[in-house]
Amino acid sequence: MLDSYLPILTLIIIALGFSVAVIVLSRLVGENKPSAVKLAPYECGMPPVGSAHEQFSIKFYIIAMLFIVFDIEVVFMYPWAVMFKRLGLFGFMEMGVFILILLVGYAYVWKKGALEWE
Amino acid sequence: MENLVQIALQNVNMAAILPSLVLTCFGMGLLLINVFLPRGTTRHAVWISVIGLVVTGFFVYTGWGNPQYGFNDAVANDNYTAFFSVIFLFAAGLTILMSDDYLTREGYPVSEYYPLILFATAGAMWMASGTDMLTIFLGLEVMSIALYVLAGFFRGQLRSNEAGLKYFLLGAFSTGFLLYGIALIYGVTGSTKLTEIGIYLNAHGSLLENPMTLAGLVLLSTGFLFKIAAAPFHMWTPDVYEGAPTPVTAFMSAGPKAAAFAAFLRIMEYCFFSLKPEWTAMLWVIAVLTMVIGNVIAIQQTNLKRMLAYSSIAHAGYALVGLVAANEIGYSGILFYMLAYTFMNIGAFAVLVLAGKKGEDNLTLEGFSGFGLKRPFLGVAMTVFLFSLMGLPPTAGFAGKFYIFAGAVKAGYIWLAVIGVLNSAVSLYYYLRIMVYMYFRDAEEDYAWVSLPAAAVISIVIALIGVFYLGIIPGDVMEMAKMAIF
Amino acid sequence: MELIFFYLIAIVAVASGFLVIRCQSPVNSALGLVNTFFCLAIFYVMLHAPFMAAIQIMVYAGAIMVLIIFVIMLLNLGTEARKRYTTGVVWSAIASLLVLFNVMYFIKRGRVTGAEGDITSYTVESVGHVELIGKALFTEYLLPFEIASILLLVAIVGAVVLAKKEV
Repeated sequence: MLDSYLPILTLIIIALGFSVAVIVLSRLVGENKPSAVKLAPYECGMPPVGSAHEQFSIKFYIIAMLFIVFDIEVVFMYPWAVMFKRLGLFGFMEMGVFILILLVGYAYVWKKGALEWE
Repeated sequence: MENLVQIALQNVNMAAILPSLVLTCFGMGLLLINVFLPRGTTRHAVWISVIGLVVTGFFVYTGWGNPQYGFNDAVANDNYTAFFSVIFLFAAGLTILMSDDYLTREGYPVSEYYPLILFATAGAMWMASGTDMLTIFLGLEVMSIALYVLAGFFRGQLRSNEAGLKYFLLGAFSTGFLLYGIALIYGVTGSTKLTEIGIYLNAHGSLLENPMTLAGLVLLSTGFLFKIAAAPFHMWTPDVYEGAPTPVTAFMSAGPKAAAFAAFLRIMEYCFFSLKPEWTAMLWVIAVLTMVIGNVIAIQQTNLKRMLAYSSIAHAGYALVGLVAANEIGYSGILFYMLAYTFMNIGAFAVLVLAGKKGEDNLTLEGFSGFGLKRPFLGVAMTVFLFSLMGLPPTAGFAGKFYIFAGAVKAGYIWLAVIGVLNSAVSLYYYLRIMVYMYFRDAEEDYAWVSLPAAAVISIVIALIGVFYLGIIPGDVMEMAKMAIF
Repeated sequence: MELIFFYLIAIVAVASGFLVIRCQSPVNSALGLVNTFFCLAIFYVMLHAPFMAAIQIMVYAGAIMVLIIFVIMLLNLGTEARKRYTTGVVWSAIASLLVLFNVMYFIKRGRVTGAEGDITSYTVESVGHVELIGKALFTEYLLPFEIASILLLVAIVGAVVLAKKEV
């Protein structure tokens, strides 16, 4: 049964091999002349502004946290969708209750303004 | 191809989850109402949640004597569940009543506080009613996550942050143990249903020699012992209890502890009854350790919240004695004790809530000097709660300890009972010291006359009534506790 | 063949787990963690649980890693936070080794598959893995499934209460 994953494995090996090969080759073949400008972090061609290690706002955290919660909600929908025909209306109601409870959370978050970038 | 809908519908039994369902609906409704009202209004939330608790209590009451099972044996609404649900409801109700003025005083009139308490209570009810490992685990998680947030509720205070973070990290760690235990037991028995696990373990005698079962048992116990703050898993308790907002501490020390006992007791009795000699031997050691460590360290404390934290560890030890006894009177003694403990401990914390001032709710013994004379009502109430915590008649604490130690003696654990009584004697010292400061030391500063918030006074009065009722006529409730156990 | 593959992945998993705790920069540690998650996903595939593998990658290597990175950036940990090693490390290393030996003893002595369940790898192959999960989730474990949504709701409220600027 695991044989069916062979193409994926092959793809991963090729991808890994290719990227490793490119890095190793450019090290071997290319010339290495570092200068201050070359070593600067790449920022869309602009001169870099400040350090990359800046403190992020906690606003990102809330968004990420909410993302995880609703991500997990969606995960629960996969097995339901697969079994939808056999579970029928009953399964629909089960999932309805599940989503309704999370909808309360969604309404709460929305009305609370946690989705806004204040 | 079997008809799945048929199978699933057969399992659905709303009566089996009715109380917790009602409570969750109130929690969600309250959450939605809150966002439509202006910031800082919390008064309505108090009353809605109290109404929710009362309505839930009504459904718990109607479920008494009429056991309902449902959801493919995942949940049981039997007397045992009902008895523990009453404990949780009282814990939540008393906490909510004392909270409103406190939160306003401390500058955090945040209305989410109340739904979180309701959800924590519902989680506790699922723990008590769960007859499937997964229900118990999810109930535990709902309760714990709500409590992590509540412990760190005062976002601007470092101590509260520390409490929230510590509780979260150690709580998550202990949940890991619990889950690992469940996984191993599932691996051995092939089921998550408590009764099926029990039947399998009982039938396969040779498996009892399988270290995997014992490893699972030990890991499961570790998870629960963390939650009931038994030694040597008690390290988190003082810091978390000290840093969390005082009403939250009151709730944590009663509700979740009782919930963990509820689930622990049910699992031990349903799943591991065939392993009784093993786990009673293990819990014997833990009970003694817990009592001794809790009481001995409490002696050295000068911060009252910390002292009560260690005393709560000691009380978990007393209740564990009932689990070691593992007979009818011991088990029903645990139920009784948890109810008594809820009244006396939450009452004591309610007095602390009212005694504090803004930003100074961490009272020291010195700060309590002369308190009893300057604030007579609170002083008398505190005296009663302390007497009950010591275990002196005619209070609830005495009756509770009496039943538990009687159970231990009846089961032949004379020494355990002796150690328990000796520990109670040790505890007299630090409880009495509070009273000495309250009545025999002069106040450093004059207490200004303040009118006490009505809701908190109601909470104290209910706790007083509970302490005296359980202390003077313990027979009725004890009969109910006996009907509640399996 | 499968066994060799397993050991290969296991070595990678343990090595990246080691990187997580030994890297100087927290971001590198996080990358090590992603690697560990991927290895776990491969284990799930080898255990005939492709759905779990997909979830492992979606939720753990995706969403939770994003959160971890945000928290790292929020705390803005420099490399100095890494230097606070104490003698506690030695003790915990000894303790972990003891636990490891314990676990190995249990695994050696224990018979993990005490009871045979009614779902074998044959049923997984013929009915389908996701179908079996769906069936169990929506019939047998209906109540835990619904409680899970309450759990998520509490998590939402908790995140907002603790992290939002003005509650």
